[in-house]
Amino acid sequence: MIERRPYLDFFSHAILLIGVALVAFPLYVTFVASTQTAQEVAQAPMSLLPGGHFFQNYMSVLFGHGSNSAPVARMMWVSTVMALVIAIGKISISMLSAFAVVYFRFRFRMFFFWMIFVTLMLPVEVRIAPTYKVVADLGLLNTYAGLTLPLIASATATFLFRQFFLTIPDELIEAARIDGAGPMRFFKDILLPLSKTSIAALFVIQFIYGWNQYLWPLIITTHENMYPIVIGIQRMIAGGDSVTEWNLVMATALLAMIPPAAVVILMQKWFVKGLVDSEK
Amino acid sequence: MEKRVVFSHKTLPYLLLAPQLAITVIFFFLPAGQAMWQSFRIEDAFGLSSQFVGWGNFVDLFSNPDYVNSFKVTIEFSLLVACSGLVIALLLATMANRVIRGAAVYKTLLIWPYAVATAVAGVLWLFLFSPSVGILAVYLVQMGFHWNPRLDSHDAMTLVVLTSVWKQISYNFLFFLAGLQSIPKSLIEAAAIDGATPLRRFWSIVFPLLSPTTFFLLIINVIYAFFDTFAIIDIMTQGGPGTSTSILVYEVYNAGFKGMDIGSSAAQSVILMIIVVALTVMQFRYIDRKVNY
Repeated sequence: MIERRPYLDFFSHAILLIGVALVAFPLYVTFVASTQTAQEVAQAPMSLLPGGHFFQNYMSVLFGHGSNSAPVARMMWVSTVMALVIAIGKISISMLSAFAVVYFRFRFRMFFFWMIFVTLMLPVEVRIAPTYKVVADLGLLNTYAGLTLPLIASATATFLFRQFFLTIPDELIEAARIDGAGPMRFFKDILLPLSKTSIAALFVIQFIYGWNQYLWPLIITTHENMYPIVIGIQRMIAGGDSVTEWNLVMATALLAMIPPAAVVILMQKWFVKGLVDSEK
Repeated sequence: MEKRVVFSHKTLPYLLLAPQLAITVIFFFLPAGQAMWQSFRIEDAFGLSSQFVGWGNFVDLFSNPDYVNSFKVTIEFSLLVACSGLVIALLLATMANRVIRGAAVYKTLLIWPYAVATAVAGVLWLFLFSPSVGILAVYLVQMGFHWNPRLDSHDAMTLVVLTSVWKQISYNFLFFLAGLQSIPKSLIEAAAIDGATPLRRFWSIVFPLLSPTTFFLLIINVIYAFFDTFAIIDIMTQGGPGTSTSILVYEVYNAGFKGMDIGSSAAQSVILMIIVVALTVMQFRYIDRKVNY
């Protein structure tokens, strides 16, 4: 605080409150709509006070009885597996390759490093049709492997670990070698514990990335029991306005938001660190 | 920077790199190479044989008014998303940097949209602005606006821009806030002693010092608008009405999976790759400059 300006303070709080309200408004309407019946939602404009069908709606979407769509509980399971495999997979393979690039000298080291770097420039959206063909040829359509493997290679995570390993003092590796530790022992007992915060930060970012994937699962999954929840929502609204049961769609949307939002809010410190680090 | 002390082992480094390289080759280089190969060929109607056509697919694309239009749509869309997103986020971050009471609460309440999937953001705003049931659409009509994003291309564009900006605000806000907090307090205090008003201090000191962050965010937001907004377009407008919100990524998807035009889709993929490479290079040149800053 540089000087007292009560009017400006008031103005700042007002702007921030408007911002928070605008950001939160869709969430509130989603919640309200998910507690009403389809008829209540369909009358325009709907009431902005919560209705009394909270449990009924959520039970019906989660376990799929009473409606014609697949149970959302299964979709949340698929999304969870997908997000966890992508996050853990990205972290493990990136850490191993960063370890190789930083702590060894071997032929084609920089060539391999640039190979990984180039993947930064090939997001899934860009190579969508040929990647689909590769996955189809391998027989991986509608499998967890097909959902996750093409998204698992990550140049950013490899860079982040490389950057971090380079800051670790050389004395540690010297001490480890004098004590007779081999490379994998050094990796397990020294690098892994030191990398804990980087791993946590990356995990938050990659979990959200995996949970929120849309285009890839959209083309790779055709069986209802392999839909991640985000695709489930898309299938629910694809029928057009007249048949869309918006109260159930909104309940599903809220369920789809809860896990990643919880991760962001509960692990806020690591989330901010991960976001800032992975863009550097 | 290199390590002075390293391990020596003949095979281990290759084994450590193997998983990453296998995935990179199978799911990145193979498909990308295939896209380039196919972009110079044309397949017959049954996909049984293909024939070399040189630049034919590219020439076809750029003489197709729909594709040229898609370029214009993408540029308009990404500029709108990037500019309005940055202005709003900068305003909020400047205010959040000023207040002392409740700063942490504001921050938490502003960053959660980052966790929302773009597709879910699309569903939320589609519902709010749906002409038949949407609560905001009803208010707009009551106020005398003819709101119908399914028929009016301006309404559709407004809707997808609004949704994309909403989704990206938390990201921009966090980076602006970090940038603002790294500006030395003494500079601001010196200006205040010289009698500069808060507005003057912002334009003459804060904004110029923030320009590296702004430039970085501008590129990131353009990349976001080019590629990550696919879900918003697909959920809300499917590129319509007509082709008024059909961005380049949506065109690739359309050509490859709805039109089954492999050659054209591959040529579009190659054009997109060139755009990504250009944007990435710009982003990295910025990082180089920041070191010298």
